[in-house]
Amino acid sequence: MKILTGNDLGTGDVIWWAGDGWSRQVGDSVDVGDKGEELARSEEAALRVVGAYVIDATVTDEGVRPAHIKDRIRALGPTVRPDLTLKPNDADAGNWVI
Amino acid sequence: MVEFLSFRDGEATQEPAVTVESFTGQSNSTAVRIEAGEDARELLPYIDRLSLVEVNFPAYGDGRGYSAARILREAGYQGELRAVGDVLVDQLVAMRRCGFDSFRPDKALDDAAVERALNRYADVYQKTVDGRRPVWANRHPESING
Amino acid sequence: MYRYDSYDQSIVDARVEEFRDQVQRRLAGQLTEDQFKPLRLMNGLYLQLHAYMLRVAIPYGTLNARQMRKLGEIARKYDRGYGHFTTRTNLQYNWIKLADAPDILAELATVEMHAIQTSGNCIRNISSDQYAGVSADEVADPRPWAELLRQWSTFHPEFTYLPRKFKICVIASEEDRAAMKLHDIGLKLVSRDGQVGAEVYAGGGMGRTPMVAPLIRDFVPEDEIVPYLEACLRVYNRYGRRDNKYKARIKILVHELGVQEYKRQVEDEFAHMRELGLNPPVEELARIRLFFANPAYEQGLSEEIDRADPAFALWVDRQVAAHKQPGYAIVNISLKPRGGIPGDASAEQIELVADLAEQYSLDELRVTHAQNLVLPHVKKADLYAIWQKLDEAGLAEANLDLITDIIACPGLDYCSLANARSIPLAQKLSERFADTGRQKELGELKVKISGCINACGHHHAGHIGVLGVDRKGVENFQLSLGGSGAEDASVGQITGPGFSEDGVVEAIEKVTDLYLAQREEGERFLDTYRRIGMKPFKEAIYG
Repeated sequence: MKILTGNDLGTGDVIWWAGDGWSRQVGDSVDVGDKGEELARSEEAALRVVGAYVIDATVTDEGVRPAHIKDRIRALGPTVRPDLTLKPNDADAGNWVI
Repeated sequence: MVEFLSFRDGEATQEPAVTVESFTGQSNSTAVRIEAGEDARELLPYIDRLSLVEVNFPAYGDGRGYSAARILREAGYQGELRAVGDVLVDQLVAMRRCGFDSFRPDKALDDAAVERALNRYADVYQKTVDGRRPVWANRHPESING
Repeated sequence: MYRYDSYDQSIVDARVEEFRDQVQRRLAGQLTEDQFKPLRLMNGLYLQLHAYMLRVAIPYGTLNARQMRKLGEIARKYDRGYGHFTTRTNLQYNWIKLADAPDILAELATVEMHAIQTSGNCIRNISSDQYAGVSADEVADPRPWAELLRQWSTFHPEFTYLPRKFKICVIASEEDRAAMKLHDIGLKLVSRDGQVGAEVYAGGGMGRTPMVAPLIRDFVPEDEIVPYLEACLRVYNRYGRRDNKYKARIKILVHELGVQEYKRQVEDEFAHMRELGLNPPVEELARIRLFFANPAYEQGLSEEIDRADPAFALWVDRQVAAHKQPGYAIVNISLKPRGGIPGDASAEQIELVADLAEQYSLDELRVTHAQNLVLPHVKKADLYAIWQKLDEAGLAEANLDLITDIIACPGLDYCSLANARSIPLAQKLSERFADTGRQKELGELKVKISGCINACGHHHAGHIGVLGVDRKGVENFQLSLGGSGAEDASVGQITGPGFSEDGVVEAIEKVTDLYLAQREEGERFLDTYRRIGMKPFKEAIYG
């Protein structure tokens, strides 16, 4: 599927289009079909996101999985600082990225 | 909103600017437009008869026009030197410092933003063609260059 | 070190307000991201993988305790408790909010710091030698020139929208400790007939097409350096390529025109510029020099170092360099702990180093392009006390210029430009080669890792270099050998097909094993490589 991601304009947080707004959890991502580019531009114009782009993703047992490792790193946090990720207490979280 | 800004006394030149190519071929035009990749030094033999040089900024990140302007002023050009194209309020000061004295940006500028930009920096580090004393001249008023 | 006068301060303060205005216009939707991006880059603010990243300038790598403390404070207050020292001797914060950026710049301005021109297509931080002012081999302290040029390049109205970034380095010794020849312009101070001036090198750089800068002028006196550099920059601004981001650096222009033609154009422009009164009067450089005069060194100090503690002795042998003043020493602080993240320092470590600088180093410290720190004015008598404090804080690794003193860019863990993660590889190598005896045996061996072709990890200049690439969505690593960023500058050569992360660790081990087997008396790895060439290494790696 195609999902939409970007950064929050004011905070820089990584965000994912969840259908009715933006979420910090990649698991909330919805399929944007072929509407991604249009959505990106209108959300950017509304100042709710910066640098939005469409990516491929699949749905797995563990939820939505971005196709590229870069976006999985964005989804979780730096692999070398687990304490700074969205799942600091999950010892296996890094495996999901790789 | 400001669509045309001038720092010159008197009327701005209304004459349409011709290309460098036509200008150097003609005898009666006094206004010329330089594109970003053109060489301002081609105009140096004619600066005494020029009343307006327009320098185009196709994208504001294309900084070649700053060199063109400064080259013309260094050569003694005293006519109107106008920046046109993709010019934002954030470039006004640097453009003034390179010798531009009028502006016709593609998008109109906010008056209050223009005012703030022009008055932002009391001091400058470099000597250039705008006549402003650089900081080092203020630090050493008695020295040769100061 | 240099202290701002009211002019310097007013310029930095005005810049803060200008940026505050620009951020406010952005957040209010009066500036699009396309319009805002070059403006925020010129204040060192990037949008990276996880958040905004702010790159704070550390001019020519020199700072005092008060400034270092402020960096620690900002890490705590606005970021997540740490910072990253870069290969251009700046500091990066990885978790910045756009809305906070103006306040951060305002706080930096209170200690004479800024983030001006640490990104963007303009003249960047001017770097220098981390031993400037304290090494016996220098012709003169290069930092007054660096400061003069910092001011000259700040908001230079003609050179604010260059084809691409522009990096200048100033050194003053035959030994090049700052990778000068890999800069867009490098200056080496020399003395000719009793006059100090600069040899000028132009067109060096790394990235997609690495090049060692050729010499373009044998001597520029100090009272002509500004018009000469203006000439160099003007030719670049006018004729540097703007059609292709990857061909836009000055090295491409110098290469495409040829050195002689580029020189000729610069000399023409210089002949014109030198008549314009652009150079500050000699009194200005003299004024700046006063700030870099020798500190009040104590006389008659002891040269004794008690080496009874073997761990301390090991550290002294590796990390302490000779100071020009009797009784003093230069301390190198490793930011490459075993298995650690190269160049990262926690707020606590930053604050400790600030304290050490204040107490033991005449309130001065340096940042090196190898992502380490230096205390430049330490009494030999104080070395043990300093080592103990560093050791407690995890800052006493004795690995300067050894195989575990790895340079690594932030890579795909942090950087939106990256193709692969560089830090985990650095950590694996650090663990693999951790044994002290082994490291000592291998000797000087500079490993440099970049996560993408932009080469922020300087991999082209690594004795062993690694480049992370994206091979069909999977991280892959290219190995190169024989690069050098020193006075014997050279670009590394790729060994052959790339490797997985574990694969490149194995390959590096084979390379080092071959070196040990083949080396002759006194040869560093780089020397052996240069003598025997790539072929034996290729055979060892690929079989």
